[in-house]
Amino acid sequence: MTGSTGGPLARAVTRSYSFRMSLMNNLRPGGRHGLSSREARDPIGFAVAAVNRLAQSELIDRVGLRKQTEQVVYSATRNGFRVATAAGRQFARAGRRTAGARPASARSRGVFDLTPTDDEAMLLEVVRELADELLRPAAADADAACAAPEPVLAAAQEVGLPGLGVPEELGGIMEERSAMAGALVAEALARGDMGLAVATLAPGAVATAIGLWGTEAQQQTYLPAFTGSDVPVAALTLAEPTVLFDPFALSTTARRDGDGFVLDGLKSAVVRGADAELFVVAAMLEGVPALFLVESGTEGLEVEADPSMGIRAAGLSRLHLTGVRVGADALLGDTEGTAHRECVRLSRLAWCALAVGTGQAVLDHVTDYVNGREAFGEPISHRQSVAFMVADIAIELQAMRLVTWKAASRAARGEDFAREVGLARQLCAEKGMRIGLDGVQLLGGHGFVKEHPVERWYRDLRAVGVMEGAVLL
Amino acid sequence: MINLETPRKHAGLVDQAHQLAMNMLRPISRKYDRAEHTYPKELDMLAALIDGVSETGATGGAGAGGVRRETSSEEPGTVRNGANLASVLSVAEMCWGDTALLLSMPRQGLGNSAIASVANEEQLERYKGTWAAMAITEPGTGSDSANITTTAVKDGDEYVINGEKIYVTSGERADSVVVWATLDKELGRAAIKSFLVRKDNPGLTVERLEHKLGIRASDTAAITFTDCRVPAEDLLGSPEIDTKSGFAGAMATFDNTRPLVAAMAVGCARASLDLTRDLLEQAGVVIDHDRPPQSQSAAAATFLRLEADWEGAKLLMMQAAWMADNRLPNSLEASMAKAKAGRVGSDVTLSCVQLCGTLGYSEAELLEKWARDSKILDIFEGTQQIQQLIVARRILGLTSAELR
Repeated sequence: MTGSTGGPLARAVTRSYSFRMSLMNNLRPGGRHGLSSREARDPIGFAVAAVNRLAQSELIDRVGLRKQTEQVVYSATRNGFRVATAAGRQFARAGRRTAGARPASARSRGVFDLTPTDDEAMLLEVVRELADELLRPAAADADAACAAPEPVLAAAQEVGLPGLGVPEELGGIMEERSAMAGALVAEALARGDMGLAVATLAPGAVATAIGLWGTEAQQQTYLPAFTGSDVPVAALTLAEPTVLFDPFALSTTARRDGDGFVLDGLKSAVVRGADAELFVVAAMLEGVPALFLVESGTEGLEVEADPSMGIRAAGLSRLHLTGVRVGADALLGDTEGTAHRECVRLSRLAWCALAVGTGQAVLDHVTDYVNGREAFGEPISHRQSVAFMVADIAIELQAMRLVTWKAASRAARGEDFAREVGLARQLCAEKGMRIGLDGVQLLGGHGFVKEHPVERWYRDLRAVGVMEGAVLL
Repeated sequence: MINLETPRKHAGLVDQAHQLAMNMLRPISRKYDRAEHTYPKELDMLAALIDGVSETGATGGAGAGGVRRETSSEEPGTVRNGANLASVLSVAEMCWGDTALLLSMPRQGLGNSAIASVANEEQLERYKGTWAAMAITEPGTGSDSANITTTAVKDGDEYVINGEKIYVTSGERADSVVVWATLDKELGRAAIKSFLVRKDNPGLTVERLEHKLGIRASDTAAITFTDCRVPAEDLLGSPEIDTKSGFAGAMATFDNTRPLVAAMAVGCARASLDLTRDLLEQAGVVIDHDRPPQSQSAAAATFLRLEADWEGAKLLMMQAAWMADNRLPNSLEASMAKAKAGRVGSDVTLSCVQLCGTLGYSEAELLEKWARDSKILDIFEGTQQIQQLIVARRILGLTSAELR
């Protein structure tokens, strides 16, 4: 009875101690529940926190798990549940591993001009209708459900959005590099809804990337699906959930293994991750960022829902890569970082165009609202403090648009646009957020409730300075 | 086809203006900032040079070409890059050199812009070669220019002008003044007309020159008109008081001059950005347009923010001028450009002083001067708040009675 470790009492003490330790580990501040690691809990704090945990689990048991508005797959992956990626289609290998076809650059006439081409104007007319008739009416429910409704996705496919950046000879719709048309389209879609715009543009981002940097084999293997009638769900993944994220210094790694590569890491802002059949994953290869094509269903891939502040209709997810083995033909573009750098820039360009579109939605909405809302016996728009906020929204929005257009038109002409897109992102992140903020403020309490869409635009516009990847022009 | 680059046909002009600014304005920039009210005699040669270039038709004038909507020989539907774009681009380059000296450029006064915009063919011919200042503001009337009290009374073949005008740029150096006066105070803004008054008119007296925060090389005069008689044919535009079209004629000048003031702010601010970038680089701060600003130094992040705002201002300026070139109504865009460029000009030049510390604050560099020069650009030709008012009315569809 004197054994120091074997007695039941000792075992009970040990068990209770280790239970307490694990509980304490779980309750330790530092990033969890928004507590910084500078916070410390005293004994009463631990007791309260422990009771709270218990209460939470009881609560969950009592009311049942999830609201039904959320998609089954998406909700099943919430709260840290990870599932394997969707069982993807078989992309039949074809073509040679030589350089693929490339879209031709648009030619410059050397004339300052703000008029879209006839082709762009025609395309815009269709897309605007899509945004007004389908995206805007579906936006609120899609935001709540964290999913894009099937009719919206189908309509985008019918219009040919996924093939917008694909060269004509590979089945796409544009003769030339379409970054400018893409910017106009993204702007028009986001005027309908940014979250749904992202969901509808995401497959096109992957297709455009393959069109720009793919080998002939990669183009023959994947692009026919994107220009066909059953476009695969696809996601361009650059972002990672780390502070001060820098797309040129990634945590996700690729190492050479035999003829292929092995990928490890965690990506975020993965659009419709649970449904995606094809990913483009950015990872460091020998210290240089590179892009890899990874098909869903590959061993070591797991997806986890990552509902965020806004653009919820895009079904944002995280993608875990654990020893994911891909072939030599998975490398998209070069190993010097050139394709990756271009990819980061073109993705930012798309986010800028989205910000302009959503900013325009805010301006349209607040213009009507402040003219209709009366206080002190007259429309509030008759007050300078209100009217000047609207004026500043209009001024900054137009500046955002012009800087974005300049970057996009340079990209379309194959000119260096690093500076212009950097400035556009800076402007759209800062002023775009300001527009979202003032949009809510101008509606006062009405702006804070979901009766009006401005609270959603506020959440969506925060994405612009944060996001990398997902969309690309 | 969307393209926001400097037009190919204006590239030579822009280069030329840049070289003039660098080699003629910069070397005397500090000199005339210190010697306020001294005439920059070097400008006579520069003006002759610019006249020479203008004769060839290569420029829209270095400044106040005005914005007469010229009839085009090109087929309809053709996108034009004309005198307005040429003007804003060359003005921006010249103000990169020195804003005050650009404003002092002989025969390029704001009055010249008014003449070019509203004068009839006969007057255009008769005023050729004059250097015209612009006199609108009065001691009691600034932004509410419809409220001016200077009067013009018809007497036979002449008008008799009485009143006091202040803040007349180049009021001493110019050889004529375009002065705003009312034919009948009771009839409001419709009765306001502009007159060209020659400086040798005995009824005109330059009372004093102002001492200013910035643009010191530019003379700013107070002028009184005492029973000042001008021939009736020196009334610019129509002498009829048309209460329907109202103020539109007089205000049309502003649609033309506001993009030019935006250009001044764009040019002045770029001088600060260019030098600051250089000084930062010497201090080991590299500006990277790819890396996230929050991962760069605070100085680099600040610089990127300023540069982005500046780019927005410049493109709004080009948009307003492009619309004028293509005969599209640009009142909204002109005000947007001036509002944005005015505030960006101040933010950029003041922030660059901050980034450069006492080096930026010292007269050893020009950064402190640019931070003083830029302030006026958010004030004259319509303050920031007046531009916001105009933009707000247009966007909200409100009249000046509804949104006051």
